[in-house]
Amino acid sequence: MSEQFELSKLIFGRLSWDSIPLHDPILLATFIVVVIGGGAIVGALTYYNVWGYLWREWITSIDHKRIGVMYMILGIVMLLRGFADAIMMRIHQAMAFGDATGYLPPHHYDQIFTAHGVIMIFFVAMPFVVGLMNYIVPLQIGARDVAFPFLNNLSFWMTAAGAGLVMASLFIGEFAKSGWLAYPPLTGILQSPGVGVDYYIWSLQIAGVGTLLSGINFVVTIVKMRAPGMTMMKMPVFVWTALCTNILIVAAFPVLTAVMTLLSLDRYLGMNFFTNDLGGNAMMYVNLIWIWGHPEVYILILPIFGVFSEIVSTYSGKRLFGYSSMVYATLVITILSYLVWLHHFFTMGSGATVNSFFGITTMIISIPTGAKIFNWLFTMYRGRIVFDVPMLWTVGFMITFVVGGMTGVLLAVPPADFVLHNSLFLIAHFHNVIIGGVVFGTFAAITYWYPKVTGYKLDPFWGKASFWCWFIGFYLAFMPLYLLGFMGVTRRMSHFDDPSIQIWFQIALGGAILIGIGIACFLIQLYVSYKKRDSLRDETGDPWNGRTLEWSTSSPPPQYNFAFTPRVYDNDAWWQMKANGFVRPSTGFMPIHMPKNTAAGIVVAGISAVFGFAMIWHMWLLGGLSFAALLIAIIVHTFNYKRDYYIPVEEVEKVEAEFEAKRNEVLA
Amino acid sequence: MSHSTALPAAPDSFDFLVREEHHVANGTLLGFWLYLMSDCLIFAALFATYSVLSQSYAGGPTGAELFDLPLVALNTSFLLFSSITYGFAMLQMQQGKLKGTMIWLAITGVFGAAFLGLELFEFYHLIHEGAGPQRSAYWSAFFTLVGTHGLHVTFGIIWLATLLIQLRKHGITVANRRRLFCLSMFWHFLDVVWIGVFTIVYLMGSMS
Amino acid sequence: MSEHNQHSLDHHNDEGPHSTFSGYMIGFMASVILTAIPFWLVMADVLSSRNATVVVILGFALVQILVHMVYFLHMNFHSEGGWNMLSLIFTLVLLFITLAGSLWVMYHMNANMMPGMMTGSS
Repeated sequence: MSEQFELSKLIFGRLSWDSIPLHDPILLATFIVVVIGGGAIVGALTYYNVWGYLWREWITSIDHKRIGVMYMILGIVMLLRGFADAIMMRIHQAMAFGDATGYLPPHHYDQIFTAHGVIMIFFVAMPFVVGLMNYIVPLQIGARDVAFPFLNNLSFWMTAAGAGLVMASLFIGEFAKSGWLAYPPLTGILQSPGVGVDYYIWSLQIAGVGTLLSGINFVVTIVKMRAPGMTMMKMPVFVWTALCTNILIVAAFPVLTAVMTLLSLDRYLGMNFFTNDLGGNAMMYVNLIWIWGHPEVYILILPIFGVFSEIVSTYSGKRLFGYSSMVYATLVITILSYLVWLHHFFTMGSGATVNSFFGITTMIISIPTGAKIFNWLFTMYRGRIVFDVPMLWTVGFMITFVVGGMTGVLLAVPPADFVLHNSLFLIAHFHNVIIGGVVFGTFAAITYWYPKVTGYKLDPFWGKASFWCWFIGFYLAFMPLYLLGFMGVTRRMSHFDDPSIQIWFQIALGGAILIGIGIACFLIQLYVSYKKRDSLRDETGDPWNGRTLEWSTSSPPPQYNFAFTPRVYDNDAWWQMKANGFVRPSTGFMPIHMPKNTAAGIVVAGISAVFGFAMIWHMWLLGGLSFAALLIAIIVHTFNYKRDYYIPVEEVEKVEAEFEAKRNEVLA
Repeated sequence: MSHSTALPAAPDSFDFLVREEHHVANGTLLGFWLYLMSDCLIFAALFATYSVLSQSYAGGPTGAELFDLPLVALNTSFLLFSSITYGFAMLQMQQGKLKGTMIWLAITGVFGAAFLGLELFEFYHLIHEGAGPQRSAYWSAFFTLVGTHGLHVTFGIIWLATLLIQLRKHGITVANRRRLFCLSMFWHFLDVVWIGVFTIVYLMGSMS
Repeated sequence: MSEHNQHSLDHHNDEGPHSTFSGYMIGFMASVILTAIPFWLVMADVLSSRNATVVVILGFALVQILVHMVYFLHMNFHSEGGWNMLSLIFTLVLLFITLAGSLWVMYHMNANMMPGMMTGSS
């Protein structure tokens, strides 16, 4: 009898039917919706018989463009999940006053705010940023792909596997109830014995491997694969910011990996790094995780600065003002982002000396950021500004981000931080910079590069509607939080006693609903534009009169990007080519050397997800087997020496001729 | 890849293009180096944790009471020898000698395995003495730091064995040369980390 | 990652550093000496002052790391167009920040928040 028990423990670990939250009506309803929706999608895919196409052309694809698009789709899907969490919190907080307890039990509310933070940072913002870099960087530097196309595919699937684990926690077990950085000792095994923190750890570890690999990949791509003539100081600003972001990824994510490992050793092997007993020191966790955490902030925002630089100069019809100051500002931020981490825990008690050092470095880091704002303003100054949707997002960003930046400098003053720490003021501040920066920037980038990716522009009406909903919605949702923060309301509360502050939460809920409408407008925009794609078609490859090399290719670009590698003489390479009457050659093509697609990425990532799941549920047998399978899969992959092929000249000729014919048709 | 960086006075379209197939330099060695740098920062976090917790014995045994320095010296010598034997493998590879390369690689692997064996013996001994990783924060940090290095050596040995098979199958090709270079960087990098480990953990830990 | 046999000749010289027997031997001999001295200093308790010993053995470690970098890892200022060295220097700066910063921050935190623990429990 007990032997049988042991065996089922070995196979199923902690997993039992009780882990499925059938008793929770909210989760049950969500689950039913997901099953119906997922079933519908799977059914539709099967009905239209596109599985083979998806497998060959997308899932196993090592084309940086396809992978970039998949990252963006992952980001959008996870944005919906993260936003669902947000609106649930807003509704709950607007209700839970006095005798009313709101509709979420505290343990569920705690999971929701944790999942919201984790998802928005790791599985929305990161995929957006990495996806943009994936699509644009190789095109802007005149390369055919990234340096390690297979690793790129693997990186995407590892990120998706991490996201999958977070999603699985919704219906199997629970998620962490600890806040998005999972501070111990709360996340130690004594205080959090459940699977929530383990879901957190393993999804971040698996996604983190993907992020680290893609960081290395892009640094090497930018260093090694620039078109001839493109010296460092002739790279487009977006490439510069992408380079700095990826350097930060390579430098910061190892620390996250290490600190997550230490936490799991505490939880799994009973070690005492961050426990309250036996010499453990929980503050060391906070110290280490912010050594990763602060650079992470800049990992997210730097490429977005690059996006805005591209957009501002394109829509102002001018060369970017202060190119080199932009580059140096980016480099200074890269270094300084490593010297400010303590401002996240001024109140933990390091004393005046330490706090003033980190307070001052934090204030200094706002200087290069301010310089960038001025560069954008001066680029617009006396330019022929075209107020298309990307430009709306850009101006909205500049206004909003400056507000967020200033509240950040306010928080950098340690005495002020002692008052505002852990309050809703802080929540308002970082949403101010993340929504006003990363989210606005992502939507600007999507609108700007959409014709390049799909071959047709996005419908401007729904774009404008989305922008105004987001813009006004943001201010409605978060300005009240600044106010509440000043009143001393702390974050992560699931119930309030003072009815006088309820009105502010209701206003914030209104803002969140408006943001929700903004997201809906964006989705409608995608649909409407697809329906109207023939009238929105871009056959020239250069719909905005662009300046950088991605606009020199067709929309969408051919698989090999460039039939001839471009030679670069200027920052605005394509602008200069156009100014000199560049004509595309129609002969003289060469066969093009390309890497082959491979299923190894999704196999390795799939096994990693199984391994993570097994570790979360203490299924030691499955854990051991999947780890062995992981090792074997990687080793088997290294035995594959034939990873490339040539696209024959005839095919290149055909593709190029088709593009030229369509282009001439439009221009004639 | 020489070409003028200045735009000609009256450029024609082909001044903006590379007519012939443009060869991109292979990035594997740089990419692998960057991976090592990131690995270095994992160790930085572990060293930082070890240093911060270096007095947190929680009333339990200290390093000075239990470290066996002659054993550590022996282990260090194994790793040093494995470094020079890997060097010999690289010299053989440069001369295109497959057999010599494989023999020296195998010897390197044996030294690596000996290092691991001795480390496991040391761990067993420490746990036996009541200084297991759960005893105190200090021993948690010790086992994690030294164990992570050991885990790297383990993966290095697995990689080395795989590479031996691939060398047998394909000989010293461009791809295999590149792999040998990468593993050599990995192996020597572990050596460098070990210098930090024996100095900070064992030598400084033995002085109390 | 792939094999281009047709290009193997031109790739031969620009990939990876060229090592020599004497280089490896110099590195090895230096490492042996640089390892042996610190072990001897600690095991034979040569210097009376603990702090002096710590400074000396850390110095030896730094020199030995340098030796390994030069003779085994073939570091120099021109491999990979200087990017190897640049990334190494950047990493060392961050390594220093992580180590020194953590110690500094945590020392002050312990001093302020857990003054009883400062002497250690040994």
